[in-house]
Amino acid sequence: MAIDRDQLLHVAHLARLELREDEIERLEGQLNDILEAVSKVSQLDLSDVPPTSHPLEVANVWADDEPRPCLPVEEALANAPERDGDFFKVPPGGTA
Amino acid sequence: MIDTLRLTAEEAKGLLERGEISGAELFAAYRAAIEERDEELHCYLHVCDDPGGDGLPIALKDVIGTKGIPTTAGSRILERYVPVYDSTVVERLKSHGLRVLGKTNTDEFAMGSSTENSAFGPSHNPWDPSRVPGGSGGGSAAAVSAGLAPWALGSDTGGSIKQPSALCGNVGLRPTYGTVSRYGIVAFASSLDQVGPVARTVRDCAFLYAIIAGRDECDTTTVELPQPVELPEVDDLRGLRVGVPKELNETEGIEPGVSEAVRAAIARLEELGAEVGECSLPLSVEYGMACYYLITPAEASSNLARYDGVRYGHRADAAERLEMYERTRDEGFGDEPKRRIMVGTYALSAGYYDAYYGQAQKVRTVIKREHDALFETFDALVSPTSPTVAFPLGARTADPIAMYLSDLLTIPSCMAGLPGLSIPCGLSDGLPVGLQLIGPQFAENTLFRIGHALEQSIGFDPVPERLRS
Repeated sequence: MAIDRDQLLHVAHLARLELREDEIERLEGQLNDILEAVSKVSQLDLSDVPPTSHPLEVANVWADDEPRPCLPVEEALANAPERDGDFFKVPPGGTA
Repeated sequence: MIDTLRLTAEEAKGLLERGEISGAELFAAYRAAIEERDEELHCYLHVCDDPGGDGLPIALKDVIGTKGIPTTAGSRILERYVPVYDSTVVERLKSHGLRVLGKTNTDEFAMGSSTENSAFGPSHNPWDPSRVPGGSGGGSAAAVSAGLAPWALGSDTGGSIKQPSALCGNVGLRPTYGTVSRYGIVAFASSLDQVGPVARTVRDCAFLYAIIAGRDECDTTTVELPQPVELPEVDDLRGLRVGVPKELNETEGIEPGVSEAVRAAIARLEELGAEVGECSLPLSVEYGMACYYLITPAEASSNLARYDGVRYGHRADAAERLEMYERTRDEGFGDEPKRRIMVGTYALSAGYYDAYYGQAQKVRTVIKREHDALFETFDALVSPTSPTVAFPLGARTADPIAMYLSDLLTIPSCMAGLPGLSIPCGLSDGLPVGLQLIGPQFAENTLFRIGHALEQSIGFDPVPERLRS
């Protein structure tokens, strides 16, 4: 399964990456090499094997529903690129 | 005069407890060593002032969040990020009095095997500065090796503690998945990421592991250790069965000098009383790489979605929001995170999910089962940690797949959530060779016991030859 330029731009958009022209050219070759290498997994017939999403057999970890101290607003906003009062501020518009 | 090149953490602790040196003198000795040697080696991205106290100093890989101390993950996107809280492991270190010496260099977001993917330039191997220290935690490993820290913490997804430890002649532990909290750690691939110790001896490594391990309610994947950590003391290995998986020891690409040093160490295991037998992991090594390079990019593409220029980290100038997201991420991420975000997003996208990510998760089951089966017969498995000794800077940067192969031997056991200990077992062409011991889940004590006995028997000198006086 090779990836062409249009697919690459589609995936870049899904990942919210604006790629420069030189990056697109370089990535096209590298991604195809990587995808060819990882496609090796399809050689195995594993239709009756269950997937592993997590290596430890833990399930349903419960916590008591009790409030704990959380970050004060000032600290939560300490690294904000831009703020407006107690809010993170972002540029307007766009379709994202 | 404190010789930081030779001092183990255990010895330093003794000197402090007996009042032979002060906490301030000890911290200052490491700061002086950093002054003297770090310009050449570039182990540290940030060096800290002595916060006071008389605990041992420690270096932390720069993916470990530290309150009030910059934490960059080796990335431009976090260049000016200063966490407002400590990660759980740092809280635990501090509650034992340990003092943070500084933050060490890493491949960007821990993605790499050489530190050459760091946005702030590579670290250099103390044994030969024209070579890489391994990665991603090359800064921590090189710092310990060059006497710029008595010990350090790293993080390991597919070999980022064990491989640099091997290339720099240190002892490094990737703990059983779920035994060490990741709360406050910059996430890469959450079903694999583990924090673990890098040290000069197996005992130091075990001691540091004992400090950081255990359940943390802020990381629901963590569990309590079934048995407390035992500091290894015994030098004989009678009653232990060690397996030598053919594929991990004979696969193409393992350098002859590496094989030779590991074979000699395996012979020592027998002399120490262990029963050694051949075994096989037919699919784990052959399919491990492909499986890993689907699962980790998929998880990374999701984890790295948080870097959007809104709450912290770099933000690009843009008039519109979508443009701001896309440009922020283009400017902030380097080539390797971009490659992995792209591969991961593709592997998770509609129409490809089953063939790539879903299939890789099934391969992961196969890998886990193959290892589980061997542990019915063996207490531990042994192999080289890295197929090669430290390679020259630049040797693998042009070809991502050549770089990925650096972790060929560490990846399978990581996929299975198993603990792995790398110890130095000799030199090849004047560079350290690492041997990895893999155990069943929660078998760290067994690995420490074998590693310690082997360490005593081999008598490897961890001080780089060029730095010996």
